[in-house]
Amino acid sequence: MRRLLEGISKDTLAGGLMLLVGLGAALQGMSYSMGTLAAPGPGLFPAALGVLLMPIGIAIALFGKRAGSQASGAQQQRERPRAEWRGWFCIVASIVAFIVIGNHGGLVPASFAVAFIAALGDRDNRLIDALVLGVAMTIVAVVVFWWLLQLQFPLFQWG
Amino acid sequence: MEQSILDLLQGFGVALQPHNLMWSFVGVLIGNLIGVLPGMGALSAISMLLPLTYTMHAVPAILMLAGIFYGSQYGGAIGAILLNLPCHPPHAVTCLDGYPLTRKGKGGTALGVTMIASFFAASVGIIVMIFASPLLVKIAFKFGPPEIFAIMLLGLLAGGTMSRGSALKGVAMTIFGLLLGGVGTDVNSGVMRFTFGSPDLSDGIELVALALGFYGVTEFLRNVNRIDKVGDDTKLRMRDMRPTWAELKQSFWPMVRGTTVGTLFGAMPGTGPTITTFIAYALERRIAKDPERFGQGALEGVASPEAASHSKTQVDFIPTMSLGIPGDAVMALILGALLIHGIQPGPQLITEHEDLFWGLIASFWIGNVLLVLLNVPMIGVWVKLLRVPYRYLFPAALFFIAVGVYSTNNSLFQVGEVVVFGLIGALLVALDFPVSPILLGYVLGPMVEENFRRAMLLSRGSLSIFVDRPIALGFLIVGALLVVLQVVFALRASSTRRRVAKQTRLATPEIATATDD
Repeated sequence: MRRLLEGISKDTLAGGLMLLVGLGAALQGMSYSMGTLAAPGPGLFPAALGVLLMPIGIAIALFGKRAGSQASGAQQQRERPRAEWRGWFCIVASIVAFIVIGNHGGLVPASFAVAFIAALGDRDNRLIDALVLGVAMTIVAVVVFWWLLQLQFPLFQWG
Repeated sequence: MEQSILDLLQGFGVALQPHNLMWSFVGVLIGNLIGVLPGMGALSAISMLLPLTYTMHAVPAILMLAGIFYGSQYGGAIGAILLNLPCHPPHAVTCLDGYPLTRKGKGGTALGVTMIASFFAASVGIIVMIFASPLLVKIAFKFGPPEIFAIMLLGLLAGGTMSRGSALKGVAMTIFGLLLGGVGTDVNSGVMRFTFGSPDLSDGIELVALALGFYGVTEFLRNVNRIDKVGDDTKLRMRDMRPTWAELKQSFWPMVRGTTVGTLFGAMPGTGPTITTFIAYALERRIAKDPERFGQGALEGVASPEAASHSKTQVDFIPTMSLGIPGDAVMALILGALLIHGIQPGPQLITEHEDLFWGLIASFWIGNVLLVLLNVPMIGVWVKLLRVPYRYLFPAALFFIAVGVYSTNNSLFQVGEVVVFGLIGALLVALDFPVSPILLGYVLGPMVEENFRRAMLLSRGSLSIFVDRPIALGFLIVGALLVVLQVVFALRASSTRRRVAKQTRLATPEIATATDD
C-alpha cells in the first residue's frame, strides 16, 4: 500500500480526488429536478458545479505533476514528516467520546473525557497530567458554560 | 461628506454607550489573548465565540466580533516578532525581520514600531471607509441580481486564484465550498440536497462546525507531537518598547507605503491579507538602497507589512458590509455572523442599519486605542502565555471547540461535523490544497445560487443578461482578466521556479498551519 502511494505524486492524488468529488456531486445533483434555464430547478446549480470540478481535477493531476517533479528531494522529505497515529487517534477519539458520553452521561463526564483523551495523544503527557487537565476542563465546563453561560446540557444523565 | 461626519458622530454615540463599549473591550481583550496563542488566529477566535453572541443584540455582537478580529491581529504580531511563530499567516512576513530584531535585543522596538504602524494604518483605513462607503451605496442601488452574481463570481475567482499555492487548487476548493454551501433544504423548492437521508443535515452544515473543523482540529492533527514548547525565555521591559527618534524617522515612509498598499488591496474583494503583506514587503525591499539589510533585522521590513495588514483589515469591511463580498475567510465569518443576526449585508445595509454601520466604524477607532492601552503594559504577560506547552494547550482547545459547537444549536450531531471536517481538512492540507477558499465558497454559495436563479428568472433563461448590463459585464471582464493573468504568471513562474523555490525556502520559517490564504 505504501509503495503504491509513493509511486503516485501528491497532485495526481489531489486531482483524482477532485475528479471523484465532482463526479459524485454531478450525479447526485442530476438526481434532483434540473428545471430549465428560465426556471432553474434545485439540481441545476450543484450539477453544474460538479461538472465544472471534474476538468479542474484532471488539470490538477496533469499540470501539477510537472511542477512537483521540479521540487527538490530535500523539500519532499521535509514535507513528509513521520505519521503521528497516537496523536491523530486520540484527537478524533476525544471528540467522538464527547458526543457518545455527552449523549449518555451528561456534561461532566463528557468534558472530562474530551480533555483527558486528547491529552493522552501527546507522548510527553503522563497520566497525571491528563487527569489534571480533564478535571480542570470539567470545572471550566461547569462554572463558565453551565453556570455562567446557562448552557443547555444536563450535568449528569442516564440512558 | 458633511453627512458622513454627522453620521460618524452619531456612530461614536452608539459605540460609546457603556454596554456597547464593554463588549467592544471584551472582544479586543479576548482577541488579543487568543491571537498571541500559537495556531489560534482570528478565525478560530471568532468561530469559537460566535455562539456566545447569539443571544446578544446585533450591534454589540458585531462590535465584539470586530474587536476580536483586530485584537487577534495585534496579538499575532507579538508571537511573530518575539518567537518567530506566525500564528496568523499575514504575520509570516513580519517574522523575516522581526525575529532577527528580537535576537539583536531590539524586540521591544520592533513591537513599538508595529504598534505605531498598526494604529496609523488603521486610522487611515477608517478614514477611507468613512468616505468611500457612501459612494459605494450610490453605485450599489444600481445592483440587481445579475450584478450581484457577477461581483460574487469575481470575489470567488479572486479568493480562489490568489490564495497561496496553486491557483487551480484554490478554484477547486472554492467549488468544493460552494457545494458544501448547497447542503440542506433548497429554499426555492424544498428539496433536500446532499443530506444522505439524515434529517440533521436538512438545515445545512453549521458554519461554526465547518470553521472549527478546518482551522482547529485540522491544525491540531498536523501539529500534535510536532511542537513541544511554544515559547522560550525572552525578557522584555516596557521602556524597551519606545523607539528612538531616528528609528521613527526610518520607519515613517515604509509605514505610509505599507498603508497605501493595504488600502488599495482592501478595496479589492477576495484578496487576502497575506498577499498584501508580501507585496508591501517586496516593495520595501525593492526600493531600499541596501536590500541586503532585509532579513537581518530591518525596521522597514516590520513597519511596512504590519501597516499594510492593518489598513487592509479596516478597508476590507467595505466590500463585506456594503456589497456582501468578504475579502477573506475571516470576513466570510463576520458576514455569516451578520446573517445569523438577521442583517442582510449589501447596498441597503448602510441606510437600513445606520446605527450598526457607523457604530462599527466608530468602534474601530475606540478599539484601536484600547489595543494600544492594553498592549503596552501587558507585553510581559503575553510572553508568559507563550510558554504554555502545546501538550496542555491543544486538549484544552479541543474541549472549548466541542462545547462551543454544541452550544451553537444544542446539537451533538454538529460536534460530529467538526471531526469530519477536521479529517477532511487534514487530508486536503496534506495534498497541498488551501482551505480558506472552502469557507469563502460555503458562505457565498447559497447567495450565488439564489442570485443566479433570480437573474435567470428575470431574463427568461437568457444568459446574455450578464453581458447586456454594463456593471455586470465589467465585473465579468475583470474576472476574466484575473484568470488570464494567473495563466500568464503560472507560465512565467514555471520557467523561473527553481530560482524562486530556493529563495522562498530560505525565507519562510513557519510552523505547520492550515490557515493559509
